[in-house]
Amino acid sequence: MNMPADAQPVAQFGETPFTRKKQRSEKIARAIFAVMVACIVIPLIVIIGYLVKEGYSLISWKFLTTNPTHGMREGGIWSALLGTFWLVGVSLCISAPIGVLAAVYLNEYAKDNWFTRVVNLAVVNLAGVPSIVHALFGLGAFVLFAHMGRSILAASLTLAIMTMPVIIASTKEALAAVPRQFREACWNVGATKWQTIWRIVLPNSISGILTGVILQVSRTAGETAPIMFTGAVFYRRIEEGNLFAYNITDQCMALSTHLFAVKTQVTNAPEALSFAIALVLLGLVVFVNLTAILIRSWLRGRKKW
Amino acid sequence: MSDARLSITTRDVKLWYGKFQALKGINVDIKHGKITSLIGPSGCGKTTLLRCFNRVNERYGNVTTTGEIKLLGKNIYDPDVSLIELRKAVGMVFQRPNPLPLSIYENVVFGLRIHAEKSLSRGDLDDAVEKALTETGLWSDLKDRLNDRAINLQLEQQQKLCIARLLPLKPEIILMDEPCSALDVDGTRAIEELMWSLAGRYTIVIVTHNMAQARRASDETIFMLLGELIEHARTEDLFLTPRDSRTSEYIEGRYG
Ligand SMILES: Nc1ncnc2c1ncn2[C@@H]1O[C@H](COP(=O)(O)OP(=O)(O)O)[C@@H](O)[C@H]1O
Ligand SMILES: [Mg+2]
Repeated sequence: MNMPADAQPVAQFGETPFTRKKQRSEKIARAIFAVMVACIVIPLIVIIGYLVKEGYSLISWKFLTTNPTHGMREGGIWSALLGTFWLVGVSLCISAPIGVLAAVYLNEYAKDNWFTRVVNLAVVNLAGVPSIVHALFGLGAFVLFAHMGRSILAASLTLAIMTMPVIIASTKEALAAVPRQFREACWNVGATKWQTIWRIVLPNSISGILTGVILQVSRTAGETAPIMFTGAVFYRRIEEGNLFAYNITDQCMALSTHLFAVKTQVTNAPEALSFAIALVLLGLVVFVNLTAILIRSWLRGRKKW
Repeated sequence: MSDARLSITTRDVKLWYGKFQALKGINVDIKHGKITSLIGPSGCGKTTLLRCFNRVNERYGNVTTTGEIKLLGKNIYDPDVSLIELRKAVGMVFQRPNPLPLSIYENVVFGLRIHAEKSLSRGDLDDAVEKALTETGLWSDLKDRLNDRAINLQLEQQQKLCIARLLPLKPEIILMDEPCSALDVDGTRAIEELMWSLAGRYTIVIVTHNMAQARRASDETIFMLLGELIEHARTEDLFLTPRDSRTSEYIEGRYG
């Protein structure tokens, strides 16, 4: 349209009552969302701040590396800390390879038929089973039926069974995120499925896969119920400074159960002790999650699409 | 006469996706070394027919195929046919360029690597890369940045690279599924020129819904409608003197 330069503008772009109304809803929506974010963030900060304030005084290198003493009222948390490392390590050595490989099978090989669908459904539902149920299963299957007794092995297997479905689910998601066109490109030069997976799919989904696995580390570290029935003990002294002070058939202490014990079984334990244990557990989880984020961004940077 | 040699012959090919019949008895002879274009309204089964020629349809869910498809006289549904070897001989280029998330160099040698029994010498690979990129007209532009990510190339170069990726395997047939639909005018012209330069050595089958492209860039044209082959003729004959009334309606733009 060509208007003479001095013509009165036809449009005024002024506010109408309706625009004002829309702007009002916009403001309200914004406020509600901001409040919701505050509802999440503030408790988090309060919790962390409270833990730090109450527990910080006890934290020291010595606290981390010496056994509890005097009926767990004094000393450190070495045997519990190492126990948690062992439980997490062993269970991950079991659940990560099995879970990842199973997910590769389900996502890349399995035909889309009723059986696969049942398996997928089972995986999703298993991921939501409460951990106390896994604990009972572990007690029945590993401790009693398989005669492992209460041991790191039995507890780790229980934890592995618990985390495996989640690892399968997250790995499948990571694999499915690799664009189909890459697979098509491979098929059409005659690549086998395995060649496609090995050369293209895995290198491009590894960051997602690893993130999923690592997040299970923090979950495993915090679990209490599954290990209480299957391998955790109330108290145990081990050699200080030796990372291999536990044997896989031993029972062990763990941070989560130790915290539970200190708070509920030990009378006259210093108030700060349970907070310090919780703080270590929290620090562990944060550390692991940060690692996950770092690995993820590092691998992202190398991605080629 | 080499003209008479046939690359692909099909007899009464029917194909179902589950219960839905997408191809309803296709008989076609595709000549060696020629460019044959497949035209027809969208959903008429062009892509499906193309995918039959290297049996890659089987990767797309619940597919049933009947009838006979012969490549160079060999029935590709014979039990002794290896899909790996078949797809090595029949490459495909897609609508959206899909270079692999690797370097330019690795894209070109990808096929060689996966088909090699033992690891290949650097010299052989270098030769293959230079040859394939020269053939596709990419060599002078890309020879100094072979280790760049292929995904960062311009679309036209990506699509040429996808063609170059097939060449080291010495394919008999190159299938192209609307290879220019993501490209601009210049890119389209470049790919068409490339097709002409490859014709003769390779049999090319190209799906297009652009009739002008079929006219410019093919020796023969096949018109399909609702899973049936309506007409197959030399390109100029099909566009100038179509025998079937449905063909003339389509090329006059009455539907599709
Ligand atoms: N994987 C599939 N599963 C089910 N139906 C499909 C699939 N692929 C294509 N079809 C159907 O088959 C018909 C032909 O599809 P297609 O060959 O892609 O047509 P064109 O390439 O000519 O547009 C369409 O009706 C389409 O919906
Ligand atoms: Mg199509």
